[in-house]
Amino acid sequence: MQRIGVFVCWCGSNIAGTVDVKAVAEALSHEPGVVFSTDYQYMCSQAGQDMIKASVAEHHLTGIVVCSCSPRMHEATFRKTATAAGLNPYMVEIANIREQCSWVHKDMPIGTEKAIILGKAAVAKVHLNAPLTPGESPVTKRALVIGGGIAGIQTALDIADAGFKVDIVEKKPTIGGKMAQLDKTFPTLDCAACILTPKMVDVAQHENVRIFSYSEVSEVKGFVGNFDVTIKKHARFVKEDLCTGCGACVDKCPMKKVPNEFNLGMDNRPAIYIPFAQAVPKVATIDPAHCNMLKNGKCGLCARVCTAGAIDYTQQDEYVQEKYGAIVVATGFNPISMDKFDEFAYNQSKDVITSLEFERLTNAAGPTAGKLLRPSDGAHPHTLVFVQCVGSRCTACAEKGKEYCSKICCMYTAKHAMLVRDKYPDVDVYVFYIDVRTPGKNFDEFYRRAVEEYGVKYIKGTVGKVVPENGVLKVQASDLLNNKQLHIDADMVVLAAAIEPDRSARPLATMLTASMDTNDFFTEAHPKLRPVESPTAGVFLSGACQGPKDIPETVSQAGAAASKVIGLLAKDKLMGNPCVASSNEAMCNGCSSCANVCPYGAITYEDKEFRMPDRTVALRRVAKVNPAVCQGCGCCTVACPSGAMDLNGFKNDQILAEVDAICK
Amino acid sequence: MQVNGEFKPLIVAFCCNWCSYAGADLAGNNRLNYPAEVKIIRVPCSCRVNPTFILRAFQRGADGVILCGCHPGDCHYTSGNYYTRRRMAMLFSMLDYLGIERERTRVEWVSAAEGAKFAATMNDFVAQVTALGENKRLEDLRCKK
Repeated sequence: MQRIGVFVCWCGSNIAGTVDVKAVAEALSHEPGVVFSTDYQYMCSQAGQDMIKASVAEHHLTGIVVCSCSPRMHEATFRKTATAAGLNPYMVEIANIREQCSWVHKDMPIGTEKAIILGKAAVAKVHLNAPLTPGESPVTKRALVIGGGIAGIQTALDIADAGFKVDIVEKKPTIGGKMAQLDKTFPTLDCAACILTPKMVDVAQHENVRIFSYSEVSEVKGFVGNFDVTIKKHARFVKEDLCTGCGACVDKCPMKKVPNEFNLGMDNRPAIYIPFAQAVPKVATIDPAHCNMLKNGKCGLCARVCTAGAIDYTQQDEYVQEKYGAIVVATGFNPISMDKFDEFAYNQSKDVITSLEFERLTNAAGPTAGKLLRPSDGAHPHTLVFVQCVGSRCTACAEKGKEYCSKICCMYTAKHAMLVRDKYPDVDVYVFYIDVRTPGKNFDEFYRRAVEEYGVKYIKGTVGKVVPENGVLKVQASDLLNNKQLHIDADMVVLAAAIEPDRSARPLATMLTASMDTNDFFTEAHPKLRPVESPTAGVFLSGACQGPKDIPETVSQAGAAASKVIGLLAKDKLMGNPCVASSNEAMCNGCSSCANVCPYGAITYEDKEFRMPDRTVALRRVAKVNPAVCQGCGCCTVACPSGAMDLNGFKNDQILAEVDAICK
Repeated sequence: MQVNGEFKPLIVAFCCNWCSYAGADLAGNNRLNYPAEVKIIRVPCSCRVNPTFILRAFQRGADGVILCGCHPGDCHYTSGNYYTRRRMAMLFSMLDYLGIERERTRVEWVSAAEGAKFAATMNDFVAQVTALGENKRLEDLRCKK
C-alpha cells in the first residue's frame, strides 16, 4: 500500500479563483492511501517544494499527487522535488486542474467537483506507479543545421565556435538564403550583402563546418543525441572539389534564356550558372532541365572550356549517411504566390511586382544594376504605389491569404519608399496600409523619417483594384481617414506579399516528428519559456520557420538555438525516457504482433528456457524490448494479444484505474 | 448523471501527450470554455488506447468516449495515429453492433496549436452525447452505487 501525499496548488488566483482548493484537498484526504493532503499558494515555488520535501520525510510518503498546472509545465519540477526528497521521480503524478479545469470552467462548484475527480484519478494512478530508472545513451557530438540562410549560418557559426562539428544542408546551390537577395536592411540601411557575405565566407572556411549545398535531408531516424540522417546531394554535374568558380563555362553556355530564380525571373541566366557573384560555395551548377547536353547529348561546350576539368555530365545524385546529436531547423520563408490576387493585376502587368522583386530591382547586383526602371519598358517611373498586407491579416479571405501578420512588411515598405525618395526625389510614393506596425528598436523613428523627412504619402486604406490601361496602372483605392475614393495613375505597383513557411518544411516536420501549427510554422516547446526548442527532444528552431521574423530577431533566435545545441552536445551521456515498453516473458508467446507495429524496430525475439510444471525445461520464443531504442508510444501494448506487453508509466492497470476513478 | 433534473453526460477523453493534450492546454491558456463533463486522460500516443479502456469506460457508466490524437502524418511516433484510426474503426463498429450508438464515440485529430478546435470539438461532442441521453446498454449495474 502506498502512502500518498496530495498537494493542491492555488496558482495564486489562477486555480483558486474557480476551484475551491481547500475543498479539493479535503475531499482527496479521504481517498484510500492518502495520508496527507494540503493546499498552498504556489506549489512550484521554493517554499512549496520545500513543503513537499518536508511532508515526504514527516509522513513517510511513497507517492505524490500534485494538483496544479499542466504536467507539460511542471512535471519535471516536481519530479526533481521528489528526487531531492529521496523518492523515485516517477512516483509523482500531476492532476491538471489549471489548463484543463480552472481556466476552462467558470463556475466554482463545477470546477471544484471536476478538480476532485481529476485528483482522484491521479491518486488511483499513483497507487500503481512503480519506481523507474532511466537508461543512458551516448551523444553524437555533431549538429545538423537544415537551411543555409542567415538563421542557419548564424546557428552553425555559434555552434562551431564552441568547438562542435556542424553540417549545413542547403537545398539551393549556394548558402545565403533570402538575405542574400536583399538590398538594404532596416532600420539602419546597411547593405545586406556587406553584412551577410563575410559571414558566408566565415562559415565556409570554419574548420568545424561542412556545407552540403544543393542537398536535401531525405531521411531522419533515431532520437535526441543519436539521429541517423540521410542527406541527398543532388547531382550538379560539376565536381565541387575541382571547380574554381572562374565562370568561363557560364560565359560560353549557349543556352542563355533560363529565368534567373535569384532575380525572381526578372532576367535570364545560362543553363550552367553560379547564382550570384559572392555565392558560397562558388561552384557552377548545371540545370538539367535546360542543358542541351544533358537533355539530348548535343553541346558539351562547358566541358571544353573548363580548364579545371570539373564538368561531369554523368554525375548522379549521391546519398550521404551521417550521425548527429542535435538538429536545427532553419528552413525560412517565402513570399506567397500572387496568383489568387487578381485584383492587383500581378499576372497581367509586369509593372506590378512583389516587394522581394522590388528588392532585386533596387539592388546594385540586380537585373537593372540598381536603377529603378519599369520592368515593362525600362522607363523611369514617376508614381509608385505600395500596397501593404497583401495576403496578410486576411481573416475574411483565408482561402486566399494568411490570417497572421507577416511582421516585416511595414518596415521594408518604409525602407523601400525611403530609398526611392532618397535616390529619385521626383518620384511620388504612396503607401496604402491597414495599420503601420513598428514595434522594434528604432523602428518607429525609421517610419516617421519616411513620412516626415522623405515625404512618403501614407494613406490608411485599401487598394480595391489595379487596372493596366495604356501603359499606366489605374489604381482604385479608398482613403479611410478622409472617407473618399482615390484614383491614382501609377507607373509601378509594389505588393507587400505575405510570407509563408518554405514548402520543404512540412515534409521535414514529418521526418523529424516535430509538430507544426495550422500555418505550417514549426511549433515551439513552450511559446514563452522554450521558444527555440521544438517539442521533439533534440530538434531546435531557428529563424522564420517558427514564425515571421526580421533579421535582428532571426539572428538572436539563431544564437539562442545554438546555445541550446551546445548545452546538449556538451553532455557525454543523456538520460533516456524510462517510460518504455516491456514484455512479461511468462505471458508472451512470441507471435510478433508487437514487433510488426513498432515504428522503431525496438522489439527483437530471443529463445528462452522456461521450467515447466513437470520439471522439464522448454525453449520458448519471447519478445524483448530494447529500452534505448523504444520511444514509449505504447502501440505494441495494444497489438499484444496475450496482454504480455505493457508500458511503464502508462500501464494498462494505471489507465484503467484512471478510467474507473473518473467514472465512479 | 442527473443533476437537478438535468442530464449531464460523463465524457472520457483520451488525449495524446504531444498534440491533443497540448491542444487542451492551449484551450486553457486561451480561456476557451467547454463543458466540465469532459475528463481528460493523458496517454503518450493515441495508439496507446486499448479498446478495453473504452469498453471499461462504458461499463463504468461513461456516456461518451472521445479519442484525440495528432493529425495523420504528424504523429510524434510517426505512425501511431494510423493504428488508432484503424483500431477505432473496428471497435466503434463493434460497439454500434452492441447498441452503443456511433455518436457516443469519436476520434478527432487536434494539433498542439488547435486550442480552439479542441474546445469546439468538446462542445460539439458533449452536445451530441447529451442529446442521446444516458448510456444504459453497456453499463455494468454491479458497478453502480
